Amino acid sequence: MAQTNLTSLPASPGLKFRSIILGFAIVLIVAFFLGPILWQLLTSIKVNQAIAAVPTVYIPQLNQLTLKHYQDLFVRRPFLSYIFNSALVSITSTVLALGLGAPAAYALARLRIWGEGFILASILIFTLFPYILLFLGLLEVVKVLGLGNNYLALIVPYTAINLPLTILVMRSFFQQLPPDLEDAAKVDGYSIGQMLVRIVLPMTMPALVTTGILAFIFAWNEFLFALTFITREPMKTIPVAVAQLGGASTFEIPYGPIAAATVLGTLPLVLLVLFFQRQIVQGLTAGAVKG
Amino acid sequence: MKIDAIRQREQLTGWLLVIPAFLVLLLIYAYPIARSFWLSVFTQNLGTQLKPVFSGFHNYARMAFDGRFWETMMHTAEFSIASVVLELLLGLGIALVLNQSFRGRGVVRTITILPWALPTAVMGVAWAWIFNDRYGVINDLLARLGLIRSEINWLGEPMLAMLAIIAADIWKTTPFISILLLAGLQSIPADLYEAHAIDGANPWQSFRQITLPLLMPQVLIAVLFRFAQAFGIFDLIAVMTGGGPAGSTETVSIYIYATVMRYLDFGYGAALVVVTFLLLVLAVALASFFLSKLRAQASGAE
Repeated sequence: MAQTNLTSLPASPGLKFRSIILGFAIVLIVAFFLGPILWQLLTSIKVNQAIAAVPTVYIPQLNQLTLKHYQDLFVRRPFLSYIFNSALVSITSTVLALGLGAPAAYALARLRIWGEGFILASILIFTLFPYILLFLGLLEVVKVLGLGNNYLALIVPYTAINLPLTILVMRSFFQQLPPDLEDAAKVDGYSIGQMLVRIVLPMTMPALVTTGILAFIFAWNEFLFALTFITREPMKTIPVAVAQLGGASTFEIPYGPIAAATVLGTLPLVLLVLFFQRQIVQGLTAGAVKG
Repeated sequence: MKIDAIRQREQLTGWLLVIPAFLVLLLIYAYPIARSFWLSVFTQNLGTQLKPVFSGFHNYARMAFDGRFWETMMHTAEFSIASVVLELLLGLGIALVLNQSFRGRGVVRTITILPWALPTAVMGVAWAWIFNDRYGVINDLLARLGLIRSEINWLGEPMLAMLAIIAADIWKTTPFISILLLAGLQSIPADLYEAHAIDGANPWQSFRQITLPLLMPQVLIAVLFRFAQAFGIFDLIAVMTGGGPAGSTETVSIYIYATVMRYLDFGYGAALVVVTFLLLVLAVALASFFLSKLRAQASGAE
């Protein structure tokens, strides 16, 4: 590791100076990345007078705390529906992306097929397309098929935007898998399909979890398609619903409920990061670097 | 004979496994772009009752004299370059810190990933609140430090609004760069540094002569990914300023969206998509050219 040469420096005043700098940097990093999230959390539990107080209230009194903003989300707005919609399209599209992407990744890693280079090159290029380039053409497709305000209008594009990552990550996983087991299965007379389901799939579970978490995050966070293809209020997903909370009335912007909504809308992702940070890092680096 | 049959079976199975995914990819990625190329030579807007009327390169000629288009291009370039450069510098710094051993490194690493995983649109709302002119925490902190005397209208002034958006983007996507660069740092063998230190090199020289060159491939990949994303930035700006004030933060994506969804000008919107696509392809081609050159250099040096 890189730190060995630095910590083995002989001069001890330099070492002390270095650890002070390091500590300072760590505090700055934590404050910068955590600050905005904590600030939303604090805003979401303050009463309106405390939210609109100048100068700003950093440590609210007990009587300045409330859970009313959270209550508002469920009483005055269909927040439960938003969560349900986001969960439904994210989970469905993640399962679809894995179901379609993993077999394709296996074929691209193990079997010699015609046009492999072309397929891989197009997948790599697709990962770089911003969604705005796709939305005009997709809007037409959605209109022609009558899929406006239909979950399919989100599920299919979300499956597709997660396929390149799924294929790249799973392919790099299959390439690292020792081929002996599959050879043994072939000798035992398994067909490729049987071998995939009975031998390869069980070993692939960890990689599927890693890829699935990334796919879920991307689907949950998508904004442009959800904004364009879904206009019925109870069918909206979290990012669109939260972004449009502010626009409800121009006279009084409901800062409290907005903050509560950002906290609830990001909570599933915060939990995912807390429990699966190792997998997220692995997946991201495998998808980008090895691809 | 037998071998041939087996090879054919392998081809067939391979294609059966790949085809479903590839068809979905073509439908969602290739078709919309191809369709935009086709639509871009038609005029289809309220003037034609939304019916496509062939008009050759009229849309492209119109674009050449469309001042708003060139302005959005400038904003997109400003935003992309500023955010990617700053995120790269900051991301490298954070990766170097996370590569040190210290107590609680796992926790700090988790916190560093957090912003990347959260929805951009939702956190855009949060950042708009932070930069709020009356109750925003930034203004309050600056006032407490005695740096400002009156409230700054961050999202209401052209230059400041752009700065606010870049700050929010840095918060959101620096983690991605840090993760990639940290993986790169960890793959550099420690004995390289030891040998270099024995030769009398100081840490700064090691950083210049070992870390940076060996990290270059990761840097380029990160820049490539981030540049493509930054070039198409939509959610953050749509939520924080909507392209305002007075169009000063309007990027190409926001303009394309308004052209299609607000002005219902599909033909011109398609032409905008085509030009943006071609510019992006050009940038990516240049970047991958340098990437392959660097990779060749790196493998030649080892």
